[in-house]
Amino acid sequence: MQRRNFIKALTLSVSLAAAGVTSFSAHAADTIKVGILHSLSGTMAISETALKETALMAIEEINAKGGVLGKKLEPVVVDPASNWPLFAEKARGLLTQDKVAAVFGCWTSVSRKSVNPVFKELNGLLFYPVQYEGEELEKNVFYTGAAPNQQAIPAVEYLMSKDGGSAKRWVLLGTDYVYPRTTNKILRAFLKSKGIADADIMEEYTPFGHSDYQTIIAKIKKFAAEGKKTAVVSTINGDSNVPFYKELGNAGLKATDVPVVAFSVGEEELRGVDTKPLVGHLAAWNYFQSIKNPENDKFIKMYRDWAKKQKLPKAESVVTNDPMEATYIGIHMWAQAVEKAKSTDVDKVIAAMGGQTVKAPSGFLAKMDEKNHHLHKPVFIGEVKADGQFNVVWKTKGPVKAAPWSPYIPGNDKKKGEPEGK
Amino acid sequence: MTQFMRHLLFALFCWLSLAAHAAVDPALVKQLAAEESEDKIAAIQKIAQTADPDAAKLLQSLDEGTLKDAKGEDITINNRVRGELASALAALRLFDPDRAVRFKAARELAASADVAIAPLLAKARDKEGDGQIKALLAEAHALATLKDPDMNVRIAAAKALATSTDPNTRTLLKAMTEPANEAESLVRRAAFASYIEVKDRLTIGENVGKIFSGLSLGSILLLAALGLAITYGVMGVINMAHGELLMIGAYATYAVQGVFRNYVPAWLDWYVLAAIPVAFFAAALVGVVLERTVIRWLYGRPLETLLATWGLSLMLIQAARLIFGAQNVELANPSWMSGGLEVIPGLMLPANRLVIVGFALFVLALVWVLMNRTRLGMFVRAVTQNRPMAGCVGVPTSRIDTVAFALGAGIAGLGGVALSQIANVGPDMGQGYIVDSFMVVVLGGVGQLAGAVWAALGLGIVTKFLEGWAGAVVAKIVVLVFIIVFIQKRPQGLFALKGRFVEN
Repeated sequence: MQRRNFIKALTLSVSLAAAGVTSFSAHAADTIKVGILHSLSGTMAISETALKETALMAIEEINAKGGVLGKKLEPVVVDPASNWPLFAEKARGLLTQDKVAAVFGCWTSVSRKSVNPVFKELNGLLFYPVQYEGEELEKNVFYTGAAPNQQAIPAVEYLMSKDGGSAKRWVLLGTDYVYPRTTNKILRAFLKSKGIADADIMEEYTPFGHSDYQTIIAKIKKFAAEGKKTAVVSTINGDSNVPFYKELGNAGLKATDVPVVAFSVGEEELRGVDTKPLVGHLAAWNYFQSIKNPENDKFIKMYRDWAKKQKLPKAESVVTNDPMEATYIGIHMWAQAVEKAKSTDVDKVIAAMGGQTVKAPSGFLAKMDEKNHHLHKPVFIGEVKADGQFNVVWKTKGPVKAAPWSPYIPGNDKKKGEPEGK
Repeated sequence: MTQFMRHLLFALFCWLSLAAHAAVDPALVKQLAAEESEDKIAAIQKIAQTADPDAAKLLQSLDEGTLKDAKGEDITINNRVRGELASALAALRLFDPDRAVRFKAARELAASADVAIAPLLAKARDKEGDGQIKALLAEAHALATLKDPDMNVRIAAAKALATSTDPNTRTLLKAMTEPANEAESLVRRAAFASYIEVKDRLTIGENVGKIFSGLSLGSILLLAALGLAITYGVMGVINMAHGELLMIGAYATYAVQGVFRNYVPAWLDWYVLAAIPVAFFAAALVGVVLERTVIRWLYGRPLETLLATWGLSLMLIQAARLIFGAQNVELANPSWMSGGLEVIPGLMLPANRLVIVGFALFVLALVWVLMNRTRLGMFVRAVTQNRPMAGCVGVPTSRIDTVAFALGAGIAGLGGVALSQIANVGPDMGQGYIVDSFMVVVLGGVGQLAGAVWAALGLGIVTKFLEGWAGAVVAKIVVLVFIIVFIQKRPQGLFALKGRFVEN
């Protein structure tokens, strides 16, 4: 008897729950779903978790102002766990089961490459918020991070300049996957065009999650001691950066001797590192938290309040960084484009995206290029300060148009500056 | 009102800062805030030449980023200015009464002395009482006068540089041995003699450095694998959850750090020591639970053990995610484990790695004593060698199994403490070490500890030399291929147990 009652109660509660789900999905019809596809665990969680928070914050901000097309946005958060094939699986789930209108996500280029075919096949819409290597132009993707000419090339040019230390020898150090390999291919071609010999360039790669940088630091030291000023370009991604910078500090390799410029390290990644021995090492981005302007003050305050409200770990010391800014810009631009197109239909939104502008926290007006799906962005180069923030030591006068097909790679001059089949 | 107060405070502040630098020309102080690096550097050099005690203070505050401009904003400097600033400050500090300050200044200048300060260096050298600093200053002076028009001065400089330990000096001396750069053959000869001396000294340093980084990796592998050498090697349990026991040790360290931070912040530097027993017992406790609930029912069935422990590892990972969150947690190196130690000239060994090598030796000694010098160790060996016989003479075999497994788990916990100081601590950190751990145990030979030690050190040094030669990615592949081939040829590992007790 007892058991039968239990079963009865169980069936009842299950059917109730099912009813709850159906009523919930009926309710969901008058919201617009957007997907958030960032690794919340694994080696990339160090970088991507903050992007999920930024996306949720921007969605809440839009909802507070009445939503899009009179409907509230409903975020669907999934965790692809730094597992590249899982990115494709989760993206397919977002597009086919949750039927999201747009997806904001990915950090590493390998995750983007893994979801690209899914977005193409199902005609989805992806906003990719991180600087990357270029050499790609998908109709279904909007790139709100930097292309090489908006980050890598200016950074190297700065280090070659007198103020940057007139570097003559180069160490290209990265994690072993498509972004560092392609970026270093472009940089090698660029350096050659500036008259740097192959013997003066050293390329080194480490696997994802690598944590023993003794040999590499020793190699850099040796390479740097062979005369001529040496600079290091780091495209190390994810949590390997923590042991890398720890080792750099412990080994006493100072920025005045061998400056390290990083393309995937910002305020967020340096939170777990003692930055006092790292003062003067550099990063190139399109935004730094230390930039002073009213838009940025508002953005930083909004995120700090959000962190406190959400009780994020160490909410009192949260920082903002470039990919967070790019995520924020991307969501607002998408909302504006939907309003303009009066529909969330992917093709209509893509058509409406060109020429959209957002007042960015970088202090400039970020504009989506009419054709090439990339933003016009300013470039900043910053030096690490003792408190983990960055001092801007160089910047462009205004926003720079992205060149996704780098002119330093042969054959790219024939490629069109807009996606195929548009 | 507040506006007014702010203005007043600001005016007061400006007056104070001016008063502080009254001895230095205010125009020069203003020039420090110039937009162009050239102007800043010119101002720094002029200020440094005044040799005023205030000049050092002023430049020091510029270096620390606390100097304000007329608008009350921090004056920012870039690397180029920072380099000039460091030399200028070092020059100003050459006559400081504090020995440590002078030593640091001399070190700085011995690496980057400029011809402009050669007379100053000579003066400081002659005045210096401390032998070590005097030698450094002599080197710095030689470096500054290496391009002197007088041939004899150049020869003296090249000879004086023979004691240098700076890699840049090696390059400079080498350049001097070429006729294109140096016309006088006498100078070339002196430079060549010094070059050989400096080169030999540095080569020794580099090789010792390579061996040390191999030892360091080996000690980490050993710490990761030693627990497994007991559970798998001695007891024969294929424990796929071994990596997670490492993780538990690391998280225990994190928890101890949190306790110290909140309750005894003054002792925060010593949290790692307190974490050692905590991590050991936390991991050992989990080990007891695993053994009592799952593993003991599966003795003698390796395939089932493998699957069950793999499932357990997934559960432990998920548990860590639920308790501590999916993101990596932050562990700060205590101050006595940061920075480096210059063991021999030109070779800087990171303090955290030195400590870990020492810790590995300590754990190894502990395990050796436990296994070979205690009654418990004797029982464990007896049970693993001949279970029915041990039972017959009164050894409580099932309790010994539990204790031995707990011991292996606890040792893994100790490994976790060490890993927490150099690697990232996250829920799936153990996954990265499970393959390495099995590699060490299998290579060393199942069934005993000495094999694991030699295998760990060997793998560490071989990996580091391969990394230096072919890069980290290739090194990893080569090591794996080597082990596969090795196991094919010699399945019993490096050191096989011999005698009639081997395998019933």
